Amino acid sequence: MKPAPFDFVRAESIGEVLDTLSQEGGQARIIAGGQSLMAMLNMRLAKPAVLIDIMRLKELDSIKKTADKIFVGAGVRQEQLLSWPDLVKTTPLIARALPWTGHVQTRSRGTVCGSIAHADPSAEMPLVLLALEGEIHLRNSRKNRRVPAVDFFAGMMATTRGDDELIEGVSFPVRNTKCAFREVARRHGDFAIVACAAVKTKTGVRFAAGGVADVPTARDWPALEGSALDDALNAFAYELEARDDVHATGRYRRDLVRMVGRDLVREVLQ
Amino acid sequence: MAQPATPNSGTNGPIDGAWVGRSIERVEDAALLTGRGRFIDDLGTRAGTLHAAILRSPHAHADIVSIDISAARRAKGVAAILVGADITALTTSLVVGVKAPVECWPIAIDRVRYVGEPVAVVVAADRYLAEDALDLIEVEYRARAAAVDPLKAIADGAPLLHDGFPKNVASDRRFHYGNPDDEFTRAPHRISIDIKYPRNSCTPIETYGVLAEYDPGEDAYDILANFQGPFSIHAVISRALKVPGNRMRLRTPPDSGGSFGVKQGVFPYIVLMGAAARATGRPVKWIEDRLEHLTASVSATNRATTLSAAVSADGEILALDWDQVEDCGAHLRAPEPATLYRMHGNLTGAYKIPNVKIRNRVVVTNKTPTGLNRGFGGPQVYFALERLVQRIAVTLNLDPLDVIRRNLVPAGSFPYRTATGALLDSGDYQTAIEKGAREGELNELKARRDEARAQGRLYGIGYAAVVEPSVSNMGYITTVLTAAERQKAGPKNGAQATATITLDPVGAVAVHVASVPQGQGHRTVLSQVVADVFGLKPKDIRVNTELDTSKDAWSIASGNYASRFAPAVAGTAKLAAERMKAKLARIAASQLNVESSDIEFSSGFAVSKANRDNRIAFSRLAALSHWSPGSLPDEMGSVIRETVFWTPPELTPPDDNDHINSSLCHGFIFDFCGIEIDRTTLEARIDRYVTMHDCGVILHPAMVDGQIRGGFAQALGASLYEEYAYAEDGSFLTGTFADYLLPTAMEVPDPLILHMETPSPFTPLGSKGVGEGNCMSTPVCIANAVADALNIADVTLPIVPARLADIVRGAERIHLGAGAPAIAPKKKTGRNLHGEGSAKVAAQPQRVWNMLLDPQALKSVIPGCEAIQKISETQFRADVVIGIGPVTGRYRATVELSDLDEPNAVTLAGAAEGVLGFGEGEGRVRLESDGNGGTLMSYEYDAAIGGKVASIGGRLLDGATKVIIGKFFVALARHAGGAAPRRHSLLARLRRFFRIES
Repeated sequence: MKPAPFDFVRAESIGEVLDTLSQEGGQARIIAGGQSLMAMLNMRLAKPAVLIDIMRLKELDSIKKTADKIFVGAGVRQEQLLSWPDLVKTTPLIARALPWTGHVQTRSRGTVCGSIAHADPSAEMPLVLLALEGEIHLRNSRKNRRVPAVDFFAGMMATTRGDDELIEGVSFPVRNTKCAFREVARRHGDFAIVACAAVKTKTGVRFAAGGVADVPTARDWPALEGSALDDALNAFAYELEARDDVHATGRYRRDLVRMVGRDLVREVLQ
Repeated sequence: MAQPATPNSGTNGPIDGAWVGRSIERVEDAALLTGRGRFIDDLGTRAGTLHAAILRSPHAHADIVSIDISAARRAKGVAAILVGADITALTTSLVVGVKAPVECWPIAIDRVRYVGEPVAVVVAADRYLAEDALDLIEVEYRARAAAVDPLKAIADGAPLLHDGFPKNVASDRRFHYGNPDDEFTRAPHRISIDIKYPRNSCTPIETYGVLAEYDPGEDAYDILANFQGPFSIHAVISRALKVPGNRMRLRTPPDSGGSFGVKQGVFPYIVLMGAAARATGRPVKWIEDRLEHLTASVSATNRATTLSAAVSADGEILALDWDQVEDCGAHLRAPEPATLYRMHGNLTGAYKIPNVKIRNRVVVTNKTPTGLNRGFGGPQVYFALERLVQRIAVTLNLDPLDVIRRNLVPAGSFPYRTATGALLDSGDYQTAIEKGAREGELNELKARRDEARAQGRLYGIGYAAVVEPSVSNMGYITTVLTAAERQKAGPKNGAQATATITLDPVGAVAVHVASVPQGQGHRTVLSQVVADVFGLKPKDIRVNTELDTSKDAWSIASGNYASRFAPAVAGTAKLAAERMKAKLARIAASQLNVESSDIEFSSGFAVSKANRDNRIAFSRLAALSHWSPGSLPDEMGSVIRETVFWTPPELTPPDDNDHINSSLCHGFIFDFCGIEIDRTTLEARIDRYVTMHDCGVILHPAMVDGQIRGGFAQALGASLYEEYAYAEDGSFLTGTFADYLLPTAMEVPDPLILHMETPSPFTPLGSKGVGEGNCMSTPVCIANAVADALNIADVTLPIVPARLADIVRGAERIHLGAGAPAIAPKKKTGRNLHGEGSAKVAAQPQRVWNMLLDPQALKSVIPGCEAIQKISETQFRADVVIGIGPVTGRYRATVELSDLDEPNAVTLAGAAEGVLGFGEGEGRVRLESDGNGGTLMSYEYDAAIGGKVASIGGRLLDGATKVIIGKFFVALARHAGGAAPRRHSLLARLRRFFRIES
């Protein structure tokens, strides 16, 4: 369990990151907290030619708040965001979901954007970004662009990030309406079997589920209740095409979407 | 906490209070807690030491067609590469524990039989370079069908693993004790249960480690390994390395990062690294990594059991009928099939059941070979026996605890000889149960259950009564042989324990034992035991438990297993100290001019009891043999070192009727618990767990409780979380701790631990083993509670919440989305993946057809294809690089087209193999003209994936496979001048992906 050889670039500027990415393309990997990538390197699942360490870049290391958004830079660790004093006021859903990400030890290393870049379908941060309709801020040596979460997650650990692009940060709309989050895993801190988030919207509720389909998936519903809500959840549960694995069955996952979903939607619509 | 009693201290202990029975501070902890532990990987190596890495089989069962090591051999830093043929040249086969024409090698010879089986060993300047070279070894396999489930493995037509094991059966023995058939005929009830006990392991935090050196001048090996015993295996190793035992020096490091039996399984790697050291002429070090450990170190056996009882109307068990099918994995490695026979003497558990019949079959399957693991045979046996007791209660409408009580071995009948031959040394099971029920507040727990049920909650209570054997009879394993075979082989029995006491020139006391502790605290307890004998303080005693087979006293039973420390090893240290004390008393008597019967050892002095002022300091007395041997009494000899070997006479070999006293001591455990099943998550929450132990005399109460807590935690894991899971094709599915789930502090509740102490008459200190008991009692206690909560007959471990969905909720609500058909659950077998999709292509079917048969066109549509070669009109070979997220691997692939129906349909079969694993699949592609110059292409496929990537990425694998196959068809559509594929959720996302990319 030793990684294959790679070059290591400890970037001193964003320009250096972007130059290296444009030269190396898909052969380069950004490393931030390393909580997913290091294990993959050690097991030789990933064999990048170059690792670019962005954690020395001060300009990526901050949480910025504007009137309607919070911006989380690529160097911000999960624990750093969790202990940000304005979190509960601005984006209470993050405050509820983030404690479910790994353990305090992994959160103190792992970054918010790293989790989003990794696009594990069970991860909490991609789910929350989608539930809140946030955006990913991408940049290459030529241009910047922003991609809504719904267009970013392309499949199992696959995103629409170009090989030469750096995730500079992600932005979450300030949304302090009623929200709820719940996750079911085999043990505390495990990958979610099912994670659900619900956010109250102007027209009703936005409900999102992770851990079931290849990507986190959201639906906007009017203020449903009773059998209409159950029907919507049942249809949604099936649309996620849940699969069996050693920890759970597709049926169990659908059950959790139905049952946890009903609880969460009722909670935010109360 | 019970008052620790020390029945022997009254006669043999010091006046000023016994140290034994007190929870003194552990001498081991200061070093461990301050990072000063000396584990095998911390120890320095000689200059020039090489490092080994092992290439392992991705297949459960396959022939090795060829191994090409040429590129790896040229890689940087590589000193040697050893494959099967090199090992057969340097060593001989490991001995196999049954009489059969079968060999057992530590590396695959021409054929692999389990995922993770070593195929090649690279020895290089460091581990990184060794692993780099592993990636360059090319192995061509020809896959065979795998036998995975033990019951299927013995069925007609199952794939065979070894020619010498017909029908995959290594042993098939039947036993009769008493008149079981008569009882089954007579009894009013025959109640049966079928059990499939799963595979699991205790997964120590420290993995295997070996540092091997070979001296060609003396033809001798010097090997440091974190081996834990039994040292009967030393003979197996030296035989395999083709040297006499005195040329196979085996040493153990000072500290161990845990074993729980598992470190016994390092021995094939000792042979492998010994051979590598011999081949290279340099020391070779190998430290197993976690993936290797979970995949291929060792496992407890999984077992299929049918157990029946002949039962009277009031719940008395008159006879048992055991049918056990033991799965030992791909090779029968020493000491297997010991897991099956360790419990032979106590197959009747805590019960008086005079009639027993048994059929024991030992089966090989395409899984990792099994070995020692905490509980060793106990979890498998008691899961069947105590589930059966619960079934008897339910069937006859009796209280489960009443059925337990009705059948217990009567108090006052000890030592009690069981039907199968065990001599239960001591106990009072009735009192233990009453005390446990009272102090554990069983009545209050029942009220909680009633209240919960009244509220509609799923709540149950489970019980288990278990006899915990300790100090194995080295002869029990020979019960697998027939009496005639045993006659021929010669008797095997006993359990030699050894301890050495040494006095140094200033009279300080050193103790050495061959117990090879794995973190339990043997050194602390021995200092207590010896201090009591000499009237000293524990800190006056220095204990060393490292073992060096070329310098220390040891025997085949030495080592750390079968819970033998407290009953056997600590007792032997007491005997050694007492023998030395008797000699010192004679010296003291001559120095003090009194009779030796007048001498007492107390507070650091040998004292005349008649005149307490007449005394001599212990240190002065103890140093005398060094400084003034001439002043010793005549014919006394030197009193410097005393070594005692002790073996209990009760451990006799099996008799001609297969009665075997398989263990010396038998503790008793009574557990009960209350469990609630959450209605939403279906998780089993332990509301209360009570565990009552009688392990004889308690030497160190805190350590005993530590053992119980540790065993309980591992048993909880086995009950709810842990399984070495295999797919039906033999792929291993739980190669990381993200998939093999250990309970953490968050998941393990605090059990209520209760004690009583019935001393063993057979051990020097009256103590019995205690460390393995909860691994035997807890899984079935939890299962019984779940059975009670859900009112179900079958409970399968681990109790995965998802598996309860159908039981608790019945049929699932169907899909009634608008216009969308119900999704029928797809029948999955093993790692098989089924998928389908369709795409619209802006080209005529003939053009698409031509592409499918054109290597250059295929090259551009097969994802990651770097080169393609046409073997025949319908066969291609390709090199592909497949990446999913950061996971990238290079594969050699073959593609074959068949069932050609130009230009309408074709079947594509492909197989790919690479460092990360292998995959194969078959898909039918149909091309239909859409009437507008385009083609509607639809496809359906089945794929299977195995190897490393299946072991560590199972959670993500199905999705990843769909992505790759989807990519192929998207690219095909695009290359054919195509429009994007038709709406399918996954393909729609891919479409976005490709549009952005291009």
